Amino acid sequence: MKERIIEIIHKYHADKTRLMDIMLDIQDECQYIPEECLDILSKELVLSIADIEQTISFYHFFSQKPRGKYQVYINQSAVAYMMGQSDIIEAFEDELGITLGSVTEDGAIGIFGTADIGMNDQEPAILINKRVFTQMTPYRVRQLIDDMKAGKDVKDMAVKAPGSGKNSDPLIDAMVHSNIFRIGPLLANDYKPFDYLKDNLSKIKAESIVEELKKSNLRGRGGAGFPTGLKWDFCRKSSGHDKYVICNADEGEPGTFKDRVILTEMPELVFEGMAIAGYTIDAHYGILYLRYEYKYLETYLNDLLNRMREEHLLGENIAGISGFNFDIRIQFGAGAYVCGEESALIESMLGKRGEPRDKPPFPVEQGYLDQPTAVNNVETFAAVVKILTKGADWFKKLGTADSAGTKVLSISGDCQFPGIYEVEWGITIQDMLDMVGAKKTQAVQVGGPSGTLIGPEDFQRSICYTDLSTGGSMIIFNRDRNLLKDVVRNFMEFFIDESCGSCSTCRIMPAVMLDKLDKILHGKGVKQDIRDLEEWGTVLKASRCGLGQTAGNPIVMSIKNFRHLYNQLLNRDELKYNGFNLEEAIQESCQVVGREPVIDHGHLKNGRERPECKANGTHKPECPDLSGHKDFEHRATNL
Amino acid sequence: MSKLIKFNIDGQECMAEEGRYIVDAAKDNGVYIPTLCNIPGLKPKGSCRMCTVKVNGRLMTSCTTPVSDGMEIENHIEEIENYRKMIVELMFVSGNHFCPSCEKSGSCDLQALAYRYQMMVPRFPYTFSQKDVDGSSPLIIKDQNRCIMCKRCIRAIIDNEGRSFFTFKNRGIKLEVIMDKEMGQRMNEAEAEKAMEICPVGAILKKEKGYDVPIGQRKFDMKPIGSEIEN
Repeated sequence: MKERIIEIIHKYHADKTRLMDIMLDIQDECQYIPEECLDILSKELVLSIADIEQTISFYHFFSQKPRGKYQVYINQSAVAYMMGQSDIIEAFEDELGITLGSVTEDGAIGIFGTADIGMNDQEPAILINKRVFTQMTPYRVRQLIDDMKAGKDVKDMAVKAPGSGKNSDPLIDAMVHSNIFRIGPLLANDYKPFDYLKDNLSKIKAESIVEELKKSNLRGRGGAGFPTGLKWDFCRKSSGHDKYVICNADEGEPGTFKDRVILTEMPELVFEGMAIAGYTIDAHYGILYLRYEYKYLETYLNDLLNRMREEHLLGENIAGISGFNFDIRIQFGAGAYVCGEESALIESMLGKRGEPRDKPPFPVEQGYLDQPTAVNNVETFAAVVKILTKGADWFKKLGTADSAGTKVLSISGDCQFPGIYEVEWGITIQDMLDMVGAKKTQAVQVGGPSGTLIGPEDFQRSICYTDLSTGGSMIIFNRDRNLLKDVVRNFMEFFIDESCGSCSTCRIMPAVMLDKLDKILHGKGVKQDIRDLEEWGTVLKASRCGLGQTAGNPIVMSIKNFRHLYNQLLNRDELKYNGFNLEEAIQESCQVVGREPVIDHGHLKNGRERPECKANGTHKPECPDLSGHKDFEHRATNL
Repeated sequence: MSKLIKFNIDGQECMAEEGRYIVDAAKDNGVYIPTLCNIPGLKPKGSCRMCTVKVNGRLMTSCTTPVSDGMEIENHIEEIENYRKMIVELMFVSGNHFCPSCEKSGSCDLQALAYRYQMMVPRFPYTFSQKDVDGSSPLIIKDQNRCIMCKRCIRAIIDNEGRSFFTFKNRGIKLEVIMDKEMGQRMNEAEAEKAMEICPVGAILKKEKGYDVPIGQRKFDMKPIGSEIEN
């Protein structure tokens, strides 16, 4: 095995900044990262073993323990549960006789939870060895397990249906649906791939591209909304011996999946946009940072890049423009939401923990390898090509005065037709709900968990940068949903799992807030608890990045817009509430130590006489045997 | 010498060289901004968030933000001071800090800041988290119970080949600082001494050394934190 590992390391020129690729390859080879690899990596890359473990332990798709020949990752998003993920988990657990987060005794099958995998419009969905299985049912689970036990390749498993759109392309061959329900100017098929690059780019100066983009008012489509023309202008004017173009396809915000669809249906548009960016800022390298969940697109996208090279649309003197050299590679992540933040994404591309950087300096000044770097969202690159083809004036006529153009929305949850809708900015929430066939809507999560949760009184508000801004995630909840228990709680757990942990605020506060929410959900909350949550959440604003600053939003926004749901749960008899019950409070420790305490009420609660307490510790356990009890074992291992 | 610029903190006119970090520029002007993760001379990290100030109305960490001409900085205002107190309290509840039995008592930055912010008891519930003590190195003890993840040791204790003795492991609430097993074995006296010294709390202690200075006569027993800067 040693030779193979060294081979992998040298495939990446023993470059420690390529640690992510090296470990992804090792994991493909060994199914996990074995102990003996660390020594080899440490020597070959001149890194301490702890340094390597620091990167491994940051990403949840990396593992230092075997996770099975078949690694089943079950989506934990709120929408997955709404569509029946609990039944899927139960089916796996029952059939395999193991619990989520473990591997069968023979080491064949492991089942694990994972954050949103970008399939909210076709849940419940799971991943098995990088292959996506959507619209699961317990019946299908049993079929899959039979196939896994028979040792079949994931591609040959019984649960197989052709995906729609280009998902049925042999190079993708995935049972994924593109579900495009509304096409606008961006997704319209009025575009001939690479025409602009081939015919027009040589006729326009870089400055003019920047001017055109500035004039168009195009703003970043990932969520932050920074003006694209300005970003490229900064990057163009920054000095560095190399410059980089990065396409952010980490798409980790629960509820968004539009980048997956754009990269499936029109990747040419994205790569063309990246090449134009390269020309504009004078970069020679472009990198598509693609989330690990979309690894099934790897062959398909690499095939396109190869065809582009053959047609001289990548490489040297592209499109006959002398000195315009540009190439693109794909960098995979390994499961970390925070890497969607542009500076964390850059850290990740350097083989490190995906920890956001302090700004300034901004990536346009010092980004990848400390060189000026333009990081843009998938949809932004696509929009650039359409703007340059049709003109800034055409683009500005779409949308509203402050939000020009269109937005590709990923709509999921309780509606008739979950999927992709391209709309002009300015559409109201109510129109959107009518468009997708949502009835009896209780709430809409705009912009994913880091965004805002709104109720019917806000449904006349519009989707645009100055009102309800969004990177594209729209999740709809009808009146039957328990918002606090099934949605807010799920989102808080998501932020706790996904925090990088660097800032004290984001590392600790969301967990403290979740404890308080649980207190309220258990019917033990009082009015002060709500006031506390509102006050405590404010400190998160002092965090470094967007994740930290918004990590309390699920609770803060739901208190703001759904206060009545909290009030309903409060202990009504606040004045009489005697917050503490000794016998209840010691239940848990009683179970752990296997002894019942002596409470001096003269007799025990079951009415028996109090037994003599023996000082020598030979007191017999009086609690029932709980060693097989799930909750007990969970707590016991935490001790 | 680079250009001198003017800025103000809480209305007080200040001057500094352009490009100096706010926290240092403030210090030169007699204004104390509390820090935990910052160490002069090392690239700042902004991980504890204690030094957060408002710059032209926006929250920024003063250890990572350079001053510029005409900058308006708010430091000693209720909102900011409340955040700082909350951060100190969060650190207390997330770890297991028992000051009376800690070797660092009296020279611990976290304890000193808790006094400065008059923390009686944290407003947040304790998490009673289970954490490990690593005594595998012949020279030091690393106690995760007291660690506040400031990253000082990670950044400062580096071997000749640029490798860190300490690194982070995991993420989020499970984040911890670990010591490289093999490097911990061959750590030298000077590195061990420095590791203990730069740790702002009692998470890294040198073995066979303790209570050289009696409690009651230690750094912050004599002068409260910040008093060397504030007039």
